[in-house]
Amino acid sequence: MTLASQILQYILSGINIGSIYGLVAIGFNIIYNTTGIINLAQGEFVMLGGMIMVSLHVGAHIPMLPAFFLTVILVAAVGGLFERLAIHPLKNPTVLILIIITVAGSILMKGIAMFIWGKETFQLPHFSGEEPILFFGASLLPQTLWILGITAGIVLLLGLFFRYTLTGKAMRACAANRTAAQLVGIDVRKMVFLSFALSAAIGAAAGIVITPIALMDYDRGAMLALKGFGAAVLGGLGNSGGAVVAGFMIGILECLGAGFISSGYKDAIALFVLLIVLFVRPSGIFGSAETARLKDF
Amino acid sequence: MGRWNRVSLVVLAGVAGAMPFLLGTDSYYISVLVMAGIRSIVAIGLSLLMGYAGQISLGHGALFGLGAYSSGLLTTLHPQSGWLAGILPLSPWTALVVAAVMTAAIAYAIGTPCLRLRGHYLAMATLAFGEIVVIFFVAMVDLTGGPSGFGGIPDLPYVGSFPAWLIDPEGGYNLFVYRDTHYYFLVWIVVILTLIFSLNLIHSRVGRALRSIHGSELAASTMGVNTAKYKVQVFVLSAIFASVAGSLYAHFVTFVSPTACELKYSILLLTMVAVGGMANVWGAVLGAVLLTLLPEYLRAFEDYDVLVYGGILIGILMFMPQGLLVGCIQLIGKIKPVRKTTG
Repeated sequence: MTLASQILQYILSGINIGSIYGLVAIGFNIIYNTTGIINLAQGEFVMLGGMIMVSLHVGAHIPMLPAFFLTVILVAAVGGLFERLAIHPLKNPTVLILIIITVAGSILMKGIAMFIWGKETFQLPHFSGEEPILFFGASLLPQTLWILGITAGIVLLLGLFFRYTLTGKAMRACAANRTAAQLVGIDVRKMVFLSFALSAAIGAAAGIVITPIALMDYDRGAMLALKGFGAAVLGGLGNSGGAVVAGFMIGILECLGAGFISSGYKDAIALFVLLIVLFVRPSGIFGSAETARLKDF
Repeated sequence: MGRWNRVSLVVLAGVAGAMPFLLGTDSYYISVLVMAGIRSIVAIGLSLLMGYAGQISLGHGALFGLGAYSSGLLTTLHPQSGWLAGILPLSPWTALVVAAVMTAAIAYAIGTPCLRLRGHYLAMATLAFGEIVVIFFVAMVDLTGGPSGFGGIPDLPYVGSFPAWLIDPEGGYNLFVYRDTHYYFLVWIVVILTLIFSLNLIHSRVGRALRSIHGSELAASTMGVNTAKYKVQVFVLSAIFASVAGSLYAHFVTFVSPTACELKYSILLLTMVAVGGMANVWGAVLGAVLLTLLPEYLRAFEDYDVLVYGGILIGILMFMPQGLLVGCIQLIGKIKPVRKTTG
């Protein structure tokens, strides 16, 4: 392989994992926009998505398409349930309490996953064959196209949802000003519930598409959440387009680092990027300084 | 320090001192209580940071790990060449101090930019820092043994140096024969010293400054409190506590591996502080002891202890957001309404 095709290969695998970081970041953004909460359990939704899909498709032999939607619905239900049981009953919680409670939710989901599936790593068949396509000297798995397609589809659908549906508009209103939204008759609490379910559903979709390539085990959530948060911050918290681009950047950087420096430090690279962005420009590269001033870093 | 705290300290010292005599020769429970003491030291530091200054840290497991790994490496490495050849290995006490200084320096370097962040951002930054430290421990296989860790860490020289009349196997004090008992007394003396230091700190100018930051950072800085300085200082202090606890752990267990400092451990520490009650260093000790003893009674759960911790954490935060200590005091207050309590 020439150096150029080697670099291309790393970039392609970076795009793979990067779209997942982007999707996790969108999940963060949806909840952050309606509630101001960063849900540290976001990575667990991705893990649950992959695991439930494996059980339904490989275990119960349900065909790919219905299993996909069933998984997404189930994980969305878990997300909604989490909001109802843990977030909803809190009276005037402080940020510290909210952080700890989402951390608790995350270890609880992880524990339940370990209880159900054990500690093994699970496989899921690729959506359409494992024959790599040659692409300028680099090999491209058909699954990569699925990942990109589904990421693009989700971003597009979300854009339409927030722009044209009444519920989507109501959620954007909550993001802009909760009190004002409440005054015009929007049920803010319902929107919070919906935002948790929606971001869980997106996390689940991310988990399903990545499992054929990256495999899945119960312990995957925290690292995915951390890197997804990196993407969310780098893209400017609350900015979904920025999140996907930032996800790609982190994914590509990580794969280039793994290829040219050392694979042992692969995970550290993304985290260094996260720390540097937080220290230098917490508003993100796509966030404007003006909106940043309104936020609480 | 207040009368209540002084009485509590004496009670704690008495109970801790009596424990080995009550448990007699059962060295298993003594070793569990050594771990409870080690975790109490970290939890007290974390409680100063979280409960008093109102700053979260999901990286304290890593600070503990830095202490443990530094102590372990400084006392086991035998370099044949280079400028360190004549210096290493250090004696365990020197290593403990060097480890604490190094951890404090790292905490200062990372804390200064981190603590400018607030809330979720701070949580994520400390989480990322913790994960980076663990990644380095795992990846530097030649030095740290990678995922499986390294052993052969020597005992602290104090162990086994009790006067002969205490160790007399014929006499009544033969429990001092056990190595674990030596660590037990050492660790709980450190816990009590840490408590005395922290209680004095809380009731000083610095403590009032920290609480004012928790109340409102903006108001505190308007009143002339150098909030950035105090936040970093308390972070460094809690890092020193964590490092000392890590060093004690390394010498006690004689073995360190990344599991001693991974994210799960940081969350466990957070749980201890939250369960005991964040705004109280006594709560931190209570939480550490409870959550160390609890798994011993939940043997059936084995690896599912995370599940139990998660459940406890959610339950406590929802029903007793101020922690067990304050929660129980309020419950007693409700049963016997002697005077009106707020909240």
